[in-house]
Amino acid sequence: MSLDTAAPLDIDPVLDNPRTRIVVCCGSGGVGKTTTAAALGLRAAERGRRVVVLTIDPARRLAQSMGIGELDNTPRRVPGIDGSAGGELHAMMLDMKRTFDEIVEAHADADRARAILENPFYQSLSAGFAGTQEYMAMEKLGQLRSRDEWDLIVVDTPPSRSALDFLDAPGRLGSFLDGKLIKVLMAPAKIGGRAGMKFLGVGMSVMSGPLNKLMGAQLLRDVQTFVAAMDTMFGGFRTRADATYRLLQAPGTAFLVVAAPERDALREAAYFVERLAAERMPLAGLVLNRVHGSGAALLSAERALAAAEALAEETDGETDGPGPEAPAHYAENLDGVGIVDRADGQAGSRTADDPGTVTPAGTPPPENGFPQPTSSGVPAPGATTGRTGTTAPGPPLVADPSVSTGRLAAGLLRLHAERMRVLARERRTRDRFTALHPEVPVAEVAALPGDVHDLAGLRAIGERLANQTAAQESWVPAARTAGADRND
Amino acid sequence: MSRLHVVSGKGGTGKTTVAAALALALAAEGKRTLLVEVEGRQGIAQLFETESLPYEERKIAVAPGGGEVFALAIDAERALLDYLQMFYKLGTAGRALKKLGAIDFATTIAPGLRDVLLTGKTCEAVRRKDRGGRFVYDHVVMDAPPTGRITRFLNVNDEVAGLARVGPVHHQAQAVMQVLKSPQTAVHLVTLLEEMPVQETMDGIAELRTAGLPVGSVVINMVRPEILDSAAVEAAAGERREAVAEMLAYALERTAHGGIRRAGSAGQLVGPLLDEAREHTERLALERRGRSSLEGLGLPVHELQLLGEGVDLAGLYRMARELRRQGWSE
Repeated sequence: MSLDTAAPLDIDPVLDNPRTRIVVCCGSGGVGKTTTAAALGLRAAERGRRVVVLTIDPARRLAQSMGIGELDNTPRRVPGIDGSAGGELHAMMLDMKRTFDEIVEAHADADRARAILENPFYQSLSAGFAGTQEYMAMEKLGQLRSRDEWDLIVVDTPPSRSALDFLDAPGRLGSFLDGKLIKVLMAPAKIGGRAGMKFLGVGMSVMSGPLNKLMGAQLLRDVQTFVAAMDTMFGGFRTRADATYRLLQAPGTAFLVVAAPERDALREAAYFVERLAAERMPLAGLVLNRVHGSGAALLSAERALAAAEALAEETDGETDGPGPEAPAHYAENLDGVGIVDRADGQAGSRTADDPGTVTPAGTPPPENGFPQPTSSGVPAPGATTGRTGTTAPGPPLVADPSVSTGRLAAGLLRLHAERMRVLARERRTRDRFTALHPEVPVAEVAALPGDVHDLAGLRAIGERLANQTAAQESWVPAARTAGADRND
Repeated sequence: MSRLHVVSGKGGTGKTTVAAALALALAAEGKRTLLVEVEGRQGIAQLFETESLPYEERKIAVAPGGGEVFALAIDAERALLDYLQMFYKLGTAGRALKKLGAIDFATTIAPGLRDVLLTGKTCEAVRRKDRGGRFVYDHVVMDAPPTGRITRFLNVNDEVAGLARVGPVHHQAQAVMQVLKSPQTAVHLVTLLEEMPVQETMDGIAELRTAGLPVGSVVINMVRPEILDSAAVEAAAGERREAVAEMLAYALERTAHGGIRRAGSAGQLVGPLLDEAREHTERLALERRGRSSLEGLGLPVHELQLLGEGVDLAGLYRMARELRRQGWSE
């Protein structure tokens, strides 16, 4: 165990605490944020809370697993959860254009709203270029929170360029919407040009000249019309963005940084942890998805490989002849010869007749139930020429039932060696993070072979997330032997 | 013959690594490639183990046979100032724009402007010629935004050309679209053989095709060797379990330098090892399904092996060699 081993993250008290009102799952793309958010929502609901999960752009099948096939921007109750503790689960997908349109409709009279909605500049802005999605996620979160229908909101964050965009983009859009630039842009529309610009201390010729030439007068006009139409709403935008930001700093909010045990994902996670601290936003911990484990962690990769090679070497030695380089011949020989296939009771019978064999005629019969190595410690000629020191074992083994026990055992050992290498790499990456941030509690979630398709899958993930004491007591937890790889 | 290679992929599939390996592969035999980063992550610098890249083209690697790889991390703000400088002699106005937040607006908020600048700068490098009329770069490889955003990213110039219907921005946007929609460009998608990345790749390709953008290849990354198949594993778990356990004990004993020496230990190992083998075969079954979906797309498919120890510089060169071996040298 590393000196920097982080405290395990105990998620249930966070989910159960009635004062926890918002859980934000953030992290870089492809680390399983949405799945984590859904699993946490389900777990909290089944433990008795009224939960709404706000997802951003979930994979289709994950959405279906929660019964939200339609993207309609409204929370829907998820059927099929265990409500015996009195909880409920609702889920929704963010439709950013719809959310933006709703704000416009709610804050402008009908004519003005129509003018805005039809403006080409607005249409591009709302269809989601840089920042809009993040801003609208924040907006939706504020809306859900103020409706007070749920006692826990679990938020997934947009698949941003950087995880930090979620925090930065709303501020940027907000400061644009009531910033100096907007006022300058509006000035021509409002007071008709030069005088207004001068008033702001910038010569009109400096501004509208280049902008007009650069973007074309018509685009500038669109922007101006848009800005004029939105004028009355700007204060509101900024105020709400600020309010939501403060909400995120409140004690009722818990941030979970989600990552996979990979260098880039954990680097992003570290940035986020530092940023949250700087913003005084409450971090609950790190969720590390897709962690690999092994039930045989005491057997190292090197050891397993050496053993696998010992089996192969021996076979090579006994089949000698044309040499192990020819894969077809190699495989053919391996199948029946060399390592004795004890199941079919033909121990050694073929090797003795093989003219190419280096097995001395006087080899003693197998003892202790093991085939005897032909020359312990002294490999037969040609035995070391291929296939040593490699993890890629050449041709895959086929389903031939006659495949020798030696090859089966060697295959198992090679697979284990590969697993142990992955384990070591993941552990190194994780240790680098915990060395930098030993104060951050960590929850590790075992990798699953496939994706999650249903509530049962989400429930299983929730359990793994919650059962950290078992998972981190050692590196060989039973709970972590179940999955082979990543899921999102 | 495509000269601009746009490499996209779902987050976590290794698109930056593949883009870098492709840039190396294409630079071999005395060629010169430019590797472009547009997302400001400095992933290329980390991969090539150099300091952070500035906003200038600089040589970061030498390819086998004397080729050169240059890299450029495009900074949207600097690119915008470049453009302004190019179209006007903006001295004070540039500062005024900056002071007003216009640069900030243009590079972070304005619909698509940021993407216009990134694609614009890249296309400029594709078209650039030296005095002798030869292309400065034989190939340009872009480490592009992820699959979910790639079509909109590349198509942004169409949208901007529609918004700004006249003026330099309009013309610029159109010129960029001409490169992006021509056979000079190929968009490659990197994926893993897992359900979600495969699905996203299929969806992404459909989107690219609808938008009229030229799709190149699918690169399956982090492929694991098939070591045992399910019949073999079932045999080992079934009637031959005892024999396999003995064989394990034997092999471990032969290589023991201390540690496990008793057959009893091997008996305890066989269960966990079989669990791992079952996960392996389960994964293989999923991979087969993913592979056949991808093969149904009718595109060239390249496969790159998983580098067990993670990607370092040596691994990158290995990947480049592998891409060349698979015919990706032009």
